[in-house]
Amino acid sequence: MTAALLSLPLLIPLTAAAACAAMWARPRAQAGVCLGAALATLAASVALTAQVLRLGPIAAQAGAWPAPFGITLVADTLSCVMLLINSGVLAAAALHGLGSVDRPRASGGHHALTLTLAAGVSGAFLTGDIFNMYVWYEVMLLSSFVLVTLGSTRRQLEGGLAYLTLNLIASGLFLAGVGVLYGLTGTVNMADLALKLPAADRPQLVTAVGAVILTAFAIKAAAAPLYFWLPASYDTCPPVVAALMAGVLSKVGVYSIIRASSLFLGQEAAVFQWLLALSGLTMVLGVFGAAVAVEIRRVLAFHSVSQIGYMLMGFAVAMLAARTRPESQPVAELALAGAILFMVHHAAVKTNLFLISGVVLRARGTTRLAQLGGLCHTHPLTAGLFFVTAMSLAGVPLLSGFIAKLALVRAGVQAGQDAIVAVSLFVSLLTLYSMSKVWDQAFWKAPAAPPTKRMHFSGDPATADRDTALMLVPIGLLAGLALLIGLWPSPALDLCRRAAQEVLRPALYVGTVLGQDPTTEPAQAPTPPEEPL
Amino acid sequence: MNALDSVILRTTTRLLLPVLAFFSIVVLLRGHNEPGGGFIGGLIAASGVALYAIAHGPDRARRLIGPDPRWWLGLGLTLGITSAIPGLLSGAGFFAGLWVSAQLPALGTLKLGTPIWFDAGVYVVVAASMLAMIFRLQEH
Repeated sequence: MTAALLSLPLLIPLTAAAACAAMWARPRAQAGVCLGAALATLAASVALTAQVLRLGPIAAQAGAWPAPFGITLVADTLSCVMLLINSGVLAAAALHGLGSVDRPRASGGHHALTLTLAAGVSGAFLTGDIFNMYVWYEVMLLSSFVLVTLGSTRRQLEGGLAYLTLNLIASGLFLAGVGVLYGLTGTVNMADLALKLPAADRPQLVTAVGAVILTAFAIKAAAAPLYFWLPASYDTCPPVVAALMAGVLSKVGVYSIIRASSLFLGQEAAVFQWLLALSGLTMVLGVFGAAVAVEIRRVLAFHSVSQIGYMLMGFAVAMLAARTRPESQPVAELALAGAILFMVHHAAVKTNLFLISGVVLRARGTTRLAQLGGLCHTHPLTAGLFFVTAMSLAGVPLLSGFIAKLALVRAGVQAGQDAIVAVSLFVSLLTLYSMSKVWDQAFWKAPAAPPTKRMHFSGDPATADRDTALMLVPIGLLAGLALLIGLWPSPALDLCRRAAQEVLRPALYVGTVLGQDPTTEPAQAPTPPEEPL
Repeated sequence: MNALDSVILRTTTRLLLPVLAFFSIVVLLRGHNEPGGGFIGGLIAASGVALYAIAHGPDRARRLIGPDPRWWLGLGLTLGITSAIPGLLSGAGFFAGLWVSAQLPALGTLKLGTPIWFDAGVYVVVAASMLAMIFRLQEH
């Protein structure tokens, strides 16, 4: 039962991808399979989350090889939250794709690749093995590279190559780091590494390998200074692909940073000082890029970079608080819960903004701000949904962004990290500025020019109304989710707080993977992790 | 089409294709305990068909393998994924290796299990994806 629950988020999208490949000549059937698989994955993720909330973290050993020799699939609350994000974004993209993915794109493999991308992401969230995580990263990279370049226009290939090059460098660093870890400890199981790495006899090598692997994850997460691939690729591909990638892909990097450094890489508090500085730099550089961008998707892409900074900030504040002052555990929990909630919020909101840019592209054939205008008269519903979502991104009260930022700011102040709090508030202000810019230029001002020619992936003019209606369904649902989290934050916040508690007590994860039953373990007294404080 | 018009190549291909196909199956089957397996077997099979495509052009090579390479890709993926299911259903674990053995007259014991099932999936996926790429390159 446990094994089935843990493997379903992988098996469903992979099986559906195989079905899509076999039905390559029937695009509409593929779209249906993709949507069905997305909803089934969402249901499986919800079931898994319910199980984890009832029993605590659960693990299954693939191939019946016991840990640490085989590959362990393991889900704690953090993994479950990430799986919910992944399957939710997948479902939204599949619904949107019913209206926005045209026939050549579908027979080029859009739906099958969307599903293998989702399977890769699920795998990275579920695996307990650092080498296996590398494999899932490659699955994601291959699928997303083809999704980005499908259609082969010149701009797409340029963006795709920037994306591929930087990500391959990151993959190389990651793999090299895993090799060194294996050489040091003889294991690639993350729970086993948590026990063996502190005892490794060459501490300077441990520090170096930590730096290498965290750099690789930071590139994958699009943190400063190596974030260029993200704005280069997100604004050249179809909005539905950008939505998928902005929604989950860079968060896999953040998740990996959280998982690896809470378990075994972050043995020195200095790591988190660096991470904190990096998070501030990421926020500021991203938001400056967004402030000067003149195209909706480019604004959104730079904001994705900036928002990654908030997630890293929450994690760094949490770990600094937990490592340097053990008595400030509640502050650490709040900061990490804030970071995790921020990921949930950002997945819903940023996915939605990219999906809305798809509607704009369908309606006007461009997303350049100078050529847009008047959308709030011609598309009032889209405009209203954009307004709600954009204000949530900026962190306006009563919406999800406010709750997530409030948690981060409160934790930052309580932890005495005033500088980064000031930076994050300043960046919020600039976020509000550039979201107002988009609102004003695209939706509010008088139309600048007659609609230009439709772009090649904006579809058949004959079915425009039906397609737009289909695209608006997931947009409405995601905007509703942003509003729901804003108005009634306690369920989401409680879930994230529980995830944070588990991350800050790595002994629970280690015990689950290495075979101690978490249900029999006393909740208050886990075996002390072997970490130098 | 893009075929090389060469009698020598066509004749050697006619001889080599069955050998390569047979050899790829042998490599696939011996891969469980010895060097070999689905990946290298799939490459060998693909190289045989690629040779045929060079000799006779991609159109005839497509007819040789029947359905589109993408269909084969789906089939191979399905084989690979479904090999995880018996372990899951029997409670032994996700992807657990399960074996059945049968006594064959004169040949000894035949052991069949989910690892070879999985490997067959790998074989098909590798061969199909190589051929999809090769055909595309030839047609452009």
